[in-house]
Amino acid sequence: MNHYLNSVNAPSFYLIVALILTFITVMCVVFLVKSYRAGVKLGMDKKVLRKTITASATFTLLPSISILLGVIALSGTLGVPLSWLRLSVIGALQYELNVAEIAAQSVGLNGLVLSELNMKAFVTIALVMTAGILGGVICCIFFLKKYLGKVQSVPKKESSGKPGFGAHATTAMFVGLCAAYIGSYIGRAVPREGSDIMPILVAIIAACIMAVFEYFIQKKGKAVLENFSLAASMLLAMAAAVLIQLVL
Amino acid sequence: MNEKELFLKDFNDSLHKLGRLTSMAVIVLLIGFPFFASIMSGESISLQGFLAGFAKVGIIYIPVAIVEFLVYTPMLGVGGSYLSFITGNVTNMKIPCVMNAKDIAGTEPGTPEHEIISTISVATSAIVTTLVIVLGVILLVPLQPILQSEMLLPAFNNVVPALFGALGIKYFLKSPKIAVIPLLLMSLLCIFVPSMISQTSILIIPSGGLALLIGFVLFKKNMI
Repeated sequence: MNHYLNSVNAPSFYLIVALILTFITVMCVVFLVKSYRAGVKLGMDKKVLRKTITASATFTLLPSISILLGVIALSGTLGVPLSWLRLSVIGALQYELNVAEIAAQSVGLNGLVLSELNMKAFVTIALVMTAGILGGVICCIFFLKKYLGKVQSVPKKESSGKPGFGAHATTAMFVGLCAAYIGSYIGRAVPREGSDIMPILVAIIAACIMAVFEYFIQKKGKAVLENFSLAASMLLAMAAAVLIQLVL
Repeated sequence: MNEKELFLKDFNDSLHKLGRLTSMAVIVLLIGFPFFASIMSGESISLQGFLAGFAKVGIIYIPVAIVEFLVYTPMLGVGGSYLSFITGNVTNMKIPCVMNAKDIAGTEPGTPEHEIISTISVATSAIVTTLVIVLGVILLVPLQPILQSEMLLPAFNNVVPALFGALGIKYFLKSPKIAVIPLLLMSLLCIFVPSMISQTSILIIPSGGLALLIGFVLFKKNMI
């Protein structure tokens, strides 16, 4: 078995991740209990409070399974403990993978490729992934009180009906991100020394599967599929990579 | 200030105090993991690699974090914001969850009732996610020998192309007018300058900038 994978799946890593997540879960329980008690004190109907808990729990179940699929996808290169930690706290699958890929290249690897990974790269990638995602938490620590105080005290303006550029900016940024990666897979597929057709094939397969999901979500109103579309498209395309390798 | 507003102020102040303290503790714990892994494995963190990686990541994700903070916190309220930004999956899970809870309870953002409902909703959601993933990880451990087999190597070596294939089509379909030029230019660049293929972490900066610029021009011309 791969020595690197044995190292990144060390029992001590599981233990430390379990401890961190226990702390965060306790924190959530404290917030939950505090808010529930405050609601009761404020005279809110206990039935409504309980309904909120059950509705939020059931609402979360399906997306949580999708996150679990993300853990499986990430665990093959970064091991289970780090994938478990990263997808349980802050972040999301697309962030984690993209940042891991950037970090892997920054330590001199060709990317997040299992055959090239080593422990030195792993610890550096883990630090980049962690530090890079802290922006939102840091904003909350330093600015949340002031910001919410201001926003909630300002009377709401009449909406002009057209959303600002902010709504498009994030989409545009991600379009650019995807264009860079897809462009690199196209370049890699060009027949020459060191060319590799597999990344673009896998990307095309994932795109086709995602297009089918999008068809059912957008045209057939199957919104529930939204929870699984990304993780399922990825896992099926990854499975296709195994089949392609067997055929080639 | 009426009694309800006073109650909300006290409640929010206590959540801010608790939220700040626990958020700082979480940052220390999370940053601690790579150092723990470094000590346990005897491999030091590459400072040069970290700084290079962090600079590239920061250019993209710090603005995204600021935008998310500005847009989402008024919907999430005080407690919901601290918990959401710590437990993650804000856009795809926490916001829809809070909106669902808000509809069920019939509350409006900015009211004490919404603060309470939002915090309960995010806390419940985070606890359920953690439990589901814990169960999954327990089931995943015995599968390790299979997941690490040589046969599955092509699958895990291509996890990033799988992500960007799936994500790419979603975003390209959402904004085809923004996507065409960056996609074409990046493809041509990688076809004619092969050394750029392994530099995607650098390519994403001009590509993202170009897409933003095209998006802004189209927005100004009312074309998106």
